[in-house]
Amino acid sequence: MTNTTSLSIAALIAAFGATTAAAQEACPIKVGVLHSLSGTMAISETTLKDTMLMLIEQQNAKGGLLGCQIEAVVVDPASDWPLFAEKARELLTVNEVDAIFGAWTSVSRKSVLPVIEELNGLMFYPVQYEGEESSKNVFYTGAAPNQQAIPAVDYYLEELGITKFALLGTDYVYPRTTNNILAAYLESKGIPEEDIFVNYTPFGQSDWATIVGDVKALAADGEPVGVISTINGDANIGFYKELAAQGISADEMPVVAFSVGEEELSGLDTSNLVGHLAAWNYFMSADTPENAAFIAAWHDYIGDEARVTNDPMEAHYIGFNMWVNAVTQAGTTDVDAVIDAMVGQKVPNLTGGVAEMLPNHHLTKPVLIGEITADGQFDIISQTEPVAGDAWTDFLPESAVLEADWQKLKCGMYNTETQTCVQLTSNY
Amino acid sequence: MTIAPAAALRPRFVLAGNPSVLWALLVLAIFTLGVSFLSEGMGVGLISTSFVKTLGKTLCLCLAAVAMDVVWGYCGILSLGHMAFFGLGGYAIGQWLMTARTTEIVAQSLAGQPLPPTPRELEQAVATQIFGVVGADEFPWIWAFSDSLGLQLLMVVLVPGLLAGLFGWLAFRSRVTGVYLSILTQGMTLALSLWLFQNDSGLRGNNGLSGLQNIPGLDGWGQATLSVAFLWGSALALALGYVLFAWLTSGRRGSVIRAIRDDEARVRFLGYGVEGTKLLVFTLTAMVTAIAGALYYPQAGIINPGEVAPLASVYLAVWVAIGGRGRLYGAALGAALVSLLSSWFTSGGVPDVPLGFATIRWTDWWTVLLGLGFVAVTLLAPKGLGGLFDLVPRRPSRRQGDWGPDDGAWRREEG
Amino acid sequence: MRLLLVLLVTLWASAASAQSLQDLLQADPEAISDPSRRTVGEVLGRLVDSGLPEVPAFLQHWQAKEVVQRRSDGLFFVGEPDGDGHILHDVSNGAEAGRAGPREVEELKPNAGVRGVIGSALIRFQLSDPDPARRQAALDAIANDPAADQIEPLRASLTDESDPAILVRKERLADLLAARFGSDPAARIAAIEDLGSDIAVEARAVLNQILASTSRVADTIPEEANVARTLAPGSADLPREAAYVMLVEAGLAPPRVTEAEIRDALSAAIADGRVGDAPAATLGTDEARHAAYDAMAAARGLPPRVTEAEVDAALASHAFWQDYEETDPAVTAAAERALGTAESRVRLYQTADIVLDAVSLASIYFLAAIGLAITFGVMGVINMAHGEFIMMGAYTGYVVQTLVPDYTLSLVLALPLAFAVTFAAGVAMERLVIRHLAHRPLETLLATFGISIALQQIAKNIFGTQARPLTSPGWLDGAWIVNDVLGIAYIRIAIFVLALLFLALILVVLRRTRLGLEVRAVTQNPGMAASMGIDPDRIAMLTFGLGSGIAGIAGVAIGLYAKVTSEMGSDYIVQSFMTVVVGGVGNVWGTLAGAALIGVLQKWIEWFNPSNTLAAQTYMILFIIAFIQFRPRGIVAMKGRAAGA
Repeated sequence: MTNTTSLSIAALIAAFGATTAAAQEACPIKVGVLHSLSGTMAISETTLKDTMLMLIEQQNAKGGLLGCQIEAVVVDPASDWPLFAEKARELLTVNEVDAIFGAWTSVSRKSVLPVIEELNGLMFYPVQYEGEESSKNVFYTGAAPNQQAIPAVDYYLEELGITKFALLGTDYVYPRTTNNILAAYLESKGIPEEDIFVNYTPFGQSDWATIVGDVKALAADGEPVGVISTINGDANIGFYKELAAQGISADEMPVVAFSVGEEELSGLDTSNLVGHLAAWNYFMSADTPENAAFIAAWHDYIGDEARVTNDPMEAHYIGFNMWVNAVTQAGTTDVDAVIDAMVGQKVPNLTGGVAEMLPNHHLTKPVLIGEITADGQFDIISQTEPVAGDAWTDFLPESAVLEADWQKLKCGMYNTETQTCVQLTSNY
Repeated sequence: MTIAPAAALRPRFVLAGNPSVLWALLVLAIFTLGVSFLSEGMGVGLISTSFVKTLGKTLCLCLAAVAMDVVWGYCGILSLGHMAFFGLGGYAIGQWLMTARTTEIVAQSLAGQPLPPTPRELEQAVATQIFGVVGADEFPWIWAFSDSLGLQLLMVVLVPGLLAGLFGWLAFRSRVTGVYLSILTQGMTLALSLWLFQNDSGLRGNNGLSGLQNIPGLDGWGQATLSVAFLWGSALALALGYVLFAWLTSGRRGSVIRAIRDDEARVRFLGYGVEGTKLLVFTLTAMVTAIAGALYYPQAGIINPGEVAPLASVYLAVWVAIGGRGRLYGAALGAALVSLLSSWFTSGGVPDVPLGFATIRWTDWWTVLLGLGFVAVTLLAPKGLGGLFDLVPRRPSRRQGDWGPDDGAWRREEG
Repeated sequence: MRLLLVLLVTLWASAASAQSLQDLLQADPEAISDPSRRTVGEVLGRLVDSGLPEVPAFLQHWQAKEVVQRRSDGLFFVGEPDGDGHILHDVSNGAEAGRAGPREVEELKPNAGVRGVIGSALIRFQLSDPDPARRQAALDAIANDPAADQIEPLRASLTDESDPAILVRKERLADLLAARFGSDPAARIAAIEDLGSDIAVEARAVLNQILASTSRVADTIPEEANVARTLAPGSADLPREAAYVMLVEAGLAPPRVTEAEIRDALSAAIADGRVGDAPAATLGTDEARHAAYDAMAAARGLPPRVTEAEVDAALASHAFWQDYEETDPAVTAAAERALGTAESRVRLYQTADIVLDAVSLASIYFLAAIGLAITFGVMGVINMAHGEFIMMGAYTGYVVQTLVPDYTLSLVLALPLAFAVTFAAGVAMERLVIRHLAHRPLETLLATFGISIALQQIAKNIFGTQARPLTSPGWLDGAWIVNDVLGIAYIRIAIFVLALLFLALILVVLRRTRLGLEVRAVTQNPGMAASMGIDPDRIAMLTFGLGSGIAGIAGVAIGLYAKVTSEMGSDYIVQSFMTVVVGGVGNVWGTLAGAALIGVLQKWIEWFNPSNTLAAQTYMILFIIAFIQFRPRGIVAMKGRAAGA
């Protein structure tokens, strides 16, 4: 995987722990992989399943965990949200896995939440999401809005001097909530409401001519316009093709996307999109030895040099290594002990620096902004210091008073105004 | 449902024209009791809670399939939109489940405050909890009855009933039949799913309603017990639905319904009210399907617009076709078998088949198998699995003809 | 003395060497390696003011992301990529300065904002640059960020401009700058009036900038204000709440006491479970809380609640208006007039643009549906796998493109090949499945659905779930742009032409060929046709192949403008059915009418509700369902015997 010291130490501890803890643990240790392998989301999630299998194989090659081999239990929830709940219950009660790595869309996570909280399971969720949640049983290794959306808007405001915004999104919860947060944030920065154009399109939208035309027309009052895209999945292909066709260059109207990474660009000819932006916590082009090793291992595992790596893969990489370290530290896979040991775990990011698990079950991560290049990669033009993930956004009035802290407050939804824990379970 | 041993189906005593009803109910009762005793909630725990839930949901799908069979296999209306009613039933019950559960939580958290909450504060807090994920903090108007279980239960049958009644009235009145009607019903369910997908529709858009498995007021029961309770409920609903439809399709009324399937014009010439009968069947099956949905989604835990996508309704037709049209037990059998097989194959539980040059992984190839198998059934065994029961030797009965679809029934008049 | 002189000379020499570009950069290396739009101006100023001749060249390299910084000593070079490393060139004279390995240098990637500022700094060097592309870049920089100090250099560069196109652009920009920043009002008004005939975004941007206004409130409107318009509180432009908030912000009215503030004040005032006279437990309604608050407000020095009557009185006693930032009323009046003229023309072009989009959408629907219409019309067969034939065509295009790298050639090959592949698939399906289900349309529908899901999954297993690229040749890139409002992508025009071509082809085949005659005969009366020596089975097979083949070609077209995935077929299938059903079965003109109706309708609804495309689709389907009630046989209904089927 990587040759960083902390991981070799982790492996050493694991090897040492093998002698002491092996007796208490039932071998093999099982890990559930809950990613859609069929249906609409298979596009994105299959890669994550392969990533997990690779990480587990590497860990086993290093001697496993607590002296046991790790066994992956792969199930296919088939992009069917109720099936996520069913499969999660099956993983926890029938296969008796010790941790689940899975889900991509917010709705699939919300589907799993009640099951995982009822059965006191442990889940790692690797995708950037809309925030407004912190469950005792879930670790969010993707970005919260303040780790992706807000810095990207800051970049627009500070670096590009943009004063007029078009928020384009697919019509579902992540774009809706993110755009609400962004609208509130922009208003706090003095952007009036009429300078924020919002449009929602269905999944898989392919006819973009009119919408792109509408956005183009926004420039008529002479203010610099920036597009913030939370368009999801396939629909991006038609969107970017239309952008290129209508000759909208990044100089006159930049587009920053939160759901477009290397994997999505591999379905496109990017020569006409050079200069448009994406914000993530990881880009494949990050120039660090850890990343080079990760990419090499990935190519080796998948047997295809052309395959790209992306942000959620890094999230699983961090999440899995943290889990391994936490289990090693706790000396057991018992969920409550591991949850306690998880907070404060540190694992090196692939982009440099260290990711730390916070008491609100989110990570500290640097925010990277990249410009699309002609070869389908990103030029990293901005990298912040690690930002602490914020479960409850500060820019919506009802969320600003909420706080999550599973270490001291033992609550994921704590109202700082009334000083009470609103609820222990999550909203779903 | 399991396939009963063939010998058990030999009629020992003839019951009012259709002994299969009693046999079906008997199999259902044995099945339900058996599963209950083996479940974690009641007995020895041989069957996991998640599998009890799967079986309970399967019973609901069977009920929907039986309704689909009546409207298609008996009345000849190939509705590719019945899952829309299934989903509407789920949404209706989901509204109450979400409101009641959230109100409990909110009331609890507000109780700690120095001042008692005003009704407006309470409502707003509940609304923020429910609609916060879609960026709203007010109850949309379609949630007007969501605080009352009774009214919302009424909505379970009323809303789908009204929709089906209106749609059917318009379609049958202008004599839209055959594939046209099928496509229109498909359009209806597509429109409904697109509408539900919008956040502005007030039903939480793509997120749908979730956490439905937590029944307010029954927190102490635990999911193991609840799953068995819902299994019983689903079995009861299936039994009642089965009897209702067996009654509907029997006797003279049943003859008229089947005659409409075989030759609508001739029935009309004979002076029967074709449109009224079709409307009755369409609406009644829609309402029963909605009840099945209302029982299904608290077991599934989440409902969202994807559930009413056109594909779901086509699958319903596929189950009925594989099980055998024109016989109620066939539809139930088809639904149970195919949906259980699907979940078995896609769970990765079936071992891969190494072919030397390549490996067949069932998670990848199951859908192909299902699709081609379905073509094969349509081509080679139009009676479906239910046709197997015809192979059971039985005493010839004067009153029993072939109730299944007649090859000639669809023959287009030529020249 | 001599010694002192030597010392001085040495000092001077070292001072001169401090003037070298590298030293200048090293003075503040952070500003070069990690620049920000806000701060880069300072270092740019220093570089430009140094007067070093190599500065413009360096800035161009920097702007083009070609500058690298050596990690070992922090020196800057111009880096030329060479394998996994860089060949380094000196920043001053371009001389080669060795090679750096993969991680020895850091590539500097100034962001777009910084690049824009660099571009602005380069304007004065580039306006008369011999390279026309550089001159264009300078003009783009002016257009992106116009400023008053650009007028003079721009005017100065007009005289020696040789390229006529660039000259036109320069003159235009000079006019725009004059209209916005000019000092002589008469000249400005003249320039502004010229802009009325110009609907370019640039021109309207200038007018809108001149007309920028702010909302204000005061007791009365001051005399000297250049008023854009007065606002009535409570109107749509200025809702009552917003108006009162303006008053509060201007300090002209007390803020309202919110319910939350009342609650907090009461909570803070609880003593022994009571607030004043009232037990805290009774304060569970708004009325009780208001009463309790009013009772204690005066005594505790809390702000009194503002009543609705007080709000109304405050609103009535103040004037609300919008004020131009430009103080000269003559200029703003001219700009208003010019903008009015421009915008009425813009509306006209917008309508034309919507019509173009609608025609484009209609042609896509037509291509997707026409194959279906043929099979449905001739054979009464609903082919649910039609969408998968579209997908097969698109994947054929993708495969051809991976084998033939030239995009034009691969497209030329892909179209007939896609037709051939799907034609074969269609014929196979007809012979193996559909023929055996003759005259059982509902079962055909379901059987073809089975094939559809099988094909979709097979495609997924072969090509993976990721979308595949299908790239159009270079000559189809870009758009036909009439002006900044009206324009359409070439690829859409190509699809429109393709649709026309197929419309003509199908009409010719059906009307002018033996096959067409036989197809029409079978459509009208299969029994009679058979008795006249036509083989209905052969006709059915060929028709099905033809319909499927066209689907394949539609797949290539759709893949070019949208995406190639295993699920692309299901995106189009229901729409295609609707097109066929609305248009009327078995008639090419009907399908055309159906596609046109649906395309125009969808764009029309989107026009009304531009922020919600999903609603547009919902309403469209509802409309179609309603439409079928009134014309159950579609727009172009078949007459005669075939209609009674």
